[in-house]
Amino acid sequence: MGLSLDASIVLMALAPFAAALLAPLVQRIAAPFAGWVLALVPAAIFVFLLGFIEPIAARRFVQASIDWVPAYGLTLSFFIDGLSLTFALAISGIGTLILIYSGAYLRGHQHLGRFFGFMLAFMGAMLGLVLSDNMLALFSFWELTTVSSFLLIGFDHSRQAARRGAIQALVVTNIGGMGLLFGVILAQQLTGQWNLSGLRDFGDAMRENPVYPVVLIAFLAAAFTKSAQFPFHFWLPNAMEAPTPVSAFLHSATMVQGGVYLLLRLTPFLGGTPAWTVTLVVFGGFTLVWGALGAIRQTDLKQVLAQSTIASLGLLVLLIGLGTELAITAAILYFIAHAAYKAGLFMVVGNVDHGSGSRDIVALGGLGDPMPVTFIAAALAALSMIGLPVTAGFLAKEEMYLVLLGPDWPQILVLIMLVIGNALLAGVALSIAIRPFLGALLPTPKVPHEAPIAMLAGPVALGAAGILLALNAGRLGHDIVVPTIAAVLGVAAESHLTPAVDFTSLALWLSAATIALGILVHLQMAAIRSILRRIGTALGWTFDHGFDVAMFGLIRLAGAMTRLLHHGRLELYLVLVFAGFALAVLVPVFGMGGLEALLPNAELGDWSAKLAWPNLQIHEWAVLALAVVGLGAVLFARSRLVAILALGVQGAAVALIFLSFGAPDLAFTQFMVEILSVVILALVMTRLKLDEADHRQFEDLARDGTLAVVGGAGVSLLLMVVLAGTFDSRLSDFFAATSVPIAHGANIVNVILVDYRGFDTLGEISVVLGAGIAILALLRRRGAAP
Amino acid sequence: MNTLIFRTMVGPIVTIMVIFSVFICLRGHNAPGGGFIGGLIAAAAVAVLGIATGATAARKALRVDPMVIASFGVAIAALSGLASMFTGSPFLTSIWAYWSLGETTVPLSTPLVFDIGVYCVVFGTIAAIALALAEEGP
Repeated sequence: MGLSLDASIVLMALAPFAAALLAPLVQRIAAPFAGWVLALVPAAIFVFLLGFIEPIAARRFVQASIDWVPAYGLTLSFFIDGLSLTFALAISGIGTLILIYSGAYLRGHQHLGRFFGFMLAFMGAMLGLVLSDNMLALFSFWELTTVSSFLLIGFDHSRQAARRGAIQALVVTNIGGMGLLFGVILAQQLTGQWNLSGLRDFGDAMRENPVYPVVLIAFLAAAFTKSAQFPFHFWLPNAMEAPTPVSAFLHSATMVQGGVYLLLRLTPFLGGTPAWTVTLVVFGGFTLVWGALGAIRQTDLKQVLAQSTIASLGLLVLLIGLGTELAITAAILYFIAHAAYKAGLFMVVGNVDHGSGSRDIVALGGLGDPMPVTFIAAALAALSMIGLPVTAGFLAKEEMYLVLLGPDWPQILVLIMLVIGNALLAGVALSIAIRPFLGALLPTPKVPHEAPIAMLAGPVALGAAGILLALNAGRLGHDIVVPTIAAVLGVAAESHLTPAVDFTSLALWLSAATIALGILVHLQMAAIRSILRRIGTALGWTFDHGFDVAMFGLIRLAGAMTRLLHHGRLELYLVLVFAGFALAVLVPVFGMGGLEALLPNAELGDWSAKLAWPNLQIHEWAVLALAVVGLGAVLFARSRLVAILALGVQGAAVALIFLSFGAPDLAFTQFMVEILSVVILALVMTRLKLDEADHRQFEDLARDGTLAVVGGAGVSLLLMVVLAGTFDSRLSDFFAATSVPIAHGANIVNVILVDYRGFDTLGEISVVLGAGIAILALLRRRGAAP
Repeated sequence: MNTLIFRTMVGPIVTIMVIFSVFICLRGHNAPGGGFIGGLIAAAAVAVLGIATGATAARKALRVDPMVIASFGVAIAALSGLASMFTGSPFLTSIWAYWSLGETTVPLSTPLVFDIGVYCVVFGTIAAIALALAEEGP
């Protein structure tokens, strides 16, 4: 029996999570080969996805869904179109190589099993993100990538820098996550669609909607934070505290590309407006140059790559902003090329670090001899990054230059920015491939040696992929690029990609200029670096530093608020509570004109009638007298014990009043509370200092007395106002009429408590339990304290 | 407080109080009473026991930690509400069943279970607080 397509797609999306749970077990059983074994999961997903290339090239998309919360019309739906297929292939393909790589890179690490678990969970979240159709599922997976990347970045949690990097990534990307949730809900409210595939039909209506800017900002906040666009770029370099395989995965095809994916996915819904184009081009272009300059400033190879990733993300955002067919083609090609060469270079850096013990580009040299395979992998990846012909990087660069060949000055401006950005990146690529490997062998902390096979497979395969993809440019165009363009722009494009080099094209000469500039940058690297460093020192402020200031400010603010509100002085808390209570009863009385109801008028007669001596029975007078005596005793009691007992007397008198007015349940409860207070008091008497007299100062007494009088008067007034109104008996009539027939109970009070308003009661007893736990915790704390 | 008379009488007194509390709880649906009042009476009984024999002995006599009783109360109250799920009605809709015992019929219902839950919460929480106060410090 074969699985249905729906079930197999859902299964595929959830498989990495299952593998994540099993990972520690696999690691224990198959320790040296755990990486290879676990890599079978993404490898199987990759192969499974390859099978979709043909149908998607023909039919445009495949949908699969299972019910999630059917009552709200929510389904856990996935869909595969050209766009999600491209991303999913990159994620699972690179994920396979990374898992194999990590097994060797972290060999012998005591938490390797846990690491595999985090890695697979992250991969699952990322796959879910690019495959979900439902926007709430998209949001959930988005947040899952944030959480799992937090765990991965902070994997080395004994180091403070790793913890800081992890928290920074979490905070920054979570701000975007909130934006995404806001945007998703707003989009659903405006269109009635939970599904991304449904949103594309509302694009035109959306672009004219007055709320459009708000939706745009919400989604851009999500994409810009995730994809580390200026000014949110600073978390990405700090995320380099993660083990190298994590950086290789997160910053090539996954985590940071989440924002790029979101922008591409939303292009039919939000794209094409001047606001969209200008924002994306300006922020993307700035990020490109900023990141490329940042890469030159760094000497730690991993930091160099991190900064160049920021630049590449900026480039992608810029291309998406331009949004033409050519621009999207360029963006897709660049995404693929970048994913391959960046993951490869990160792994190369890991090998260099592993083999020589250093990552400092200035301190390395001549490693080509002891590490030949790593050198070849580095060279292959660098070729693609520079964009020499017959690499994927070259195809991407040609396309992006073609986009901008035109006479308008904004186009020329953007084109110049692109050339500069690409040239800087090419210079960086040359340095990475040449500096550590050629020249004289420099002394390193470890005797340089080649990495094991598991750590070579990834970079070599990716380096080769960069060239193989370019050689098969025609198929790449037909199978991947055209379906993706169909998904993003909704047009059926024709692929014009060929691996051949066209010498008559202006784009080629721009490429040549870029590479020439890149060589210049490489040769002058040290000089440019020192200039940039001097500028940086002169500025003396970084966004990273700003983040710290903001975070510490937040903590200080929270501390100040806590000290203000949570000062630990019980009497002041009580004053606050009772003052609030007095206000709560008095404001309605005065504010809503309730007092008018009490003043003499035609219906109720004059003051003399209102103030007439009430006509009470003798026992009623006795109860009132009891209450007054109790109250007086409270006021003039000499010790706390007497005061509390006197309060009990007063309470008993109130209970008697309830009883005489026909509220037996209320009276019963009141009696029980009074009795219980006395009994508990007797139980704990020896523990509390109850024989002490009241030693409040006169000012305190005056304050507390005023509050008591105001509060009491407020309650009395409120009650009088309420009773002066006409009594609406609909509810009590309903209860009286239905209590026996439908609720089978004659005691209406109890029936209301346990049946009609049972949900309230459930809430109340939960509060009672919660309060009990809190009181016990406080008592235990006090018992434990010296 | 720890007089001989009190210590002798505390057994019968507490027994009567607990039985009375159950009676009050069960009659609540048709006459004054109910789980809340019943729970208060039972908590008072534990407090009386605590006065006579000390908090530690009273806790031992309860056998079960009072907070466990309270948690159990919330649990059965919530579960009694879930029972209506099986009849397809909203949460906390009451279900009644009549159990015939020859001479008389005993009405059983989910609100009864709910009320017993309330009883347990009030009893457990107040008993726990009272005992903890009495045990605290020298």
